[in-house]
Amino acid sequence: MSTLHTVNKSPFEKSSLDACLSRVGAGANVLLLEDGVYAATKGTAVEPRVKQALDSVKLFVLGPDLMARGLSEDRVIDGISVVDYAGFVDLAAENDKVQAWL
Amino acid sequence: MSETIKKFLYLNRKAPYGTIYAWESLEVVLIGAAFDQDVSLAFVDDGVYQLIKDQDTKGIGMKNFSPTYTALGDYEVKKVFVEKESLEERGLTLDDLQHLVWEDEDDDWAEKDSIELVSREEMTALMEDAEVVFSF
Repeated sequence: MSTLHTVNKSPFEKSSLDACLSRVGAGANVLLLEDGVYAATKGTAVEPRVKQALDSVKLFVLGPDLMARGLSEDRVIDGISVVDYAGFVDLAAENDKVQAWL
Repeated sequence: MSETIKKFLYLNRKAPYGTIYAWESLEVVLIGAAFDQDVSLAFVDDGVYQLIKDQDTKGIGMKNFSPTYTALGDYEVKKVFVEKESLEERGLTLDDLQHLVWEDEDDDWAEKDSIELVSREEMTALMEDAEVVFSF
C-alpha cells in the first residue's frame, strides 16, 4: 500500500516531522505543508535529519506555503520536490491513502 | 488613560499563517500602542519567521499581514528584539528579515533601525526586565 504522509507542523515546535520520518517505510511519500515547509529549507538545525530521510523516502513541499512565508524555491534542500495544489491532488490520488502527522 | 508607564514586552514565538498567534499579537500591539507604555517586541524561536521579507500569500488565500510590521515605527514601537540563536537554528540572517525603522523626532526625523539582534542571554535579561509580558 502506498501512502502519502503529510506534515504540517514546524519541526522546531512539534515532533511531528521526526515522528513521521522515523516510522515511514522506504519509498514512502512525505509532503511538507503549512508550517511543515520550514523543514524543507537549507541551513537549519533539522537539515541533517531531512537529508538523511531523503536517502529512503521521497519528500515534497507545497510551493504556495513556501511563498506565503517569504521562502523562495532556491532555499529548498536539493532533492525535495516543490509541488503546487494540483501536484498535491495528484499525490493524494496516486497513493492509496493519505496519513496526516498533526 | 493610565498614569503609570510600564514596561510591556510582547513575546512572539510562533510562525505566521500556520496558527493565528502572530496576527493576533500584531493586532494587540497596535491596539496597545494607543496607551502610552514602554513597549518592546521580542521575536524568538519560530517567531523570527514572522519578520521574513517578501512574504506573498496569494497562493494560500490568506491575508498577508507582514507589511503591517513596517507600520510599527509610526505607532511609536521602536524596540524590536530578535534572538540571534533562533535565526541561526533556522538558517536565517538579519538580511532575510524586513527592514523596520522608526523616525527620531529629536534627530531631524532621521530613520533609525528598530530591529536589534540580541543573544539568548540578552533575551533572558529583557524578559526579566519587563513588568508585563504578553505571550503569543
